[in-house]
Amino acid sequence: MTIKGKAYLAGIYEHPTRHAPDKSTAQLHAEVAKGALADAGLTKADIDGYFCGGDAPGGAMAMADYLGLKLRHLDSTDTGGCSYLIHLGHAAEAIATGHCSVALITLAGKPRTGTMPPRAIGAEVDFEAAYGATTHNVYGMCAMRHMHEFGTTSEQLAWIKVAASHHAQYNPHAMLRDVVTVEDVLHSPMISDPLHRMDCCVVTDGGGAVIVTSEAIARSLKKPLVRLIGAGEALKGPRGGQNLDLTYSAAVWSGPPAFTEAGVTPKDIKYASIYDSFTITVLMQLEDLGFCEKGKGGPFVADGNLISGTGKLPFNTDGGGLCNNHPVNRGGMTKIIEAVRQLRGEAHPQVQVPNCDLALVHGTGGLLGIRHGASTCILERV
Amino acid sequence: MDSTVKYPAPLGNPETKMFWDATVEGKLLIKRCTACGEAHYFPRALCPFCFSDQTVWEESSGEGEIYTFSLMRKSASGPYAIGYVTLKEGPSLLTNFVDCDMELLRIGQQVKVVFKTTDGAPLPFFTPV
Repeated sequence: MTIKGKAYLAGIYEHPTRHAPDKSTAQLHAEVAKGALADAGLTKADIDGYFCGGDAPGGAMAMADYLGLKLRHLDSTDTGGCSYLIHLGHAAEAIATGHCSVALITLAGKPRTGTMPPRAIGAEVDFEAAYGATTHNVYGMCAMRHMHEFGTTSEQLAWIKVAASHHAQYNPHAMLRDVVTVEDVLHSPMISDPLHRMDCCVVTDGGGAVIVTSEAIARSLKKPLVRLIGAGEALKGPRGGQNLDLTYSAAVWSGPPAFTEAGVTPKDIKYASIYDSFTITVLMQLEDLGFCEKGKGGPFVADGNLISGTGKLPFNTDGGGLCNNHPVNRGGMTKIIEAVRQLRGEAHPQVQVPNCDLALVHGTGGLLGIRHGASTCILERV
Repeated sequence: MDSTVKYPAPLGNPETKMFWDATVEGKLLIKRCTACGEAHYFPRALCPFCFSDQTVWEESSGEGEIYTFSLMRKSASGPYAIGYVTLKEGPSLLTNFVDCDMELLRIGQQVKVVFKTTDGAPLPFFTPV
């Protein structure tokens, strides 16, 4: 049993806003759903499966009712920013088994306008909450250990931001469009050692949506055919504090099954959307997915190797979370959307990868240095 | 965090009551599984490794070394250093490093537990030896 080739990404939509004080969060979910339906050439009545994460106000039931959906499949798996990649895999499972035929996945929210809802409280609360873990310092702890063990440098991390900025200059919707240099990153204020401000992603309002459907329905539509051919998901946490190792992520477990299912290897990938909450997030995931050896991520990303047109592995050609958009502090959705643009040939001409027929999308969610989810999806153009 | 920071009191529950009773006495407890022999933190009734319910409380030496850390410089309550300590008994735990020059922290540094008061049970923190 496999999901390989069973589900097609028929519609995509990234909300153009980066600041939406005049809209409600539920409204943003509806607007991105409408946008993705229009992109696919489908209508709301066609949707029979709905997938959302913790950003949907009131949860899946309230959100589906607000949208006016009539469903036979519902999934509200939440693993932070990679939830929407996991939803993509789950949507493919539901489509492959006939439990739905047109699945909608939405993400939206307004962290730039207002505060985010508090994180869910787990059994660890008394043993962690007092210590002030934030995304910045938790990813900072990972970077600090990676530098200690492998000699990774701030200059190498900076190249990831530099590459993202080269791509963002062509994206009219990107929040940050200025091309930056390694020196710019190193001279930006230290936020949480060893991460500088420019090692961190943007904070934006907005959202995005994807429509996933069966081959038969996808072939009846007008868009180029893009399908999912491999998916993997995994979780990692301190798990009792035994053999703590913050130098790798759950991508070491989500990647291999996705590659195996797809029947491809990292060398075959033409374009990669890699979650970039921070520069260190990208570096660790590239290693964990097998694009380079563990500990060699620094040299791999240096000297523009991630820049489309010149580097060996073009990544995040929309500018990614580092420069373009990071709606709801959750970057998984925009990663899927840019990969589909690349596979359709709809990316900006300056960053479009020639003959892009195989792409990888990988995300992480939660707190990389404490507990996090991960999902790897491999997409191909038919 | 500076000395004016008020730390949150632990909520507590039946599973962790012994731990918080011990911090009042200045003791750091960990749990050890008598079935598989492994120690873990934070404490669970069932071993997170072998799932046995034969877990017992054990007093930690409170000594260990810094596995990693990050000095958070942008904070409304002032800079603070978050990190993981690997205890001599094996488990690693999340904490803050206090009562020290945070600029001098380094991976591998030897540290020991200190307790800070709250409106409830005291919380464990670590400081360089």
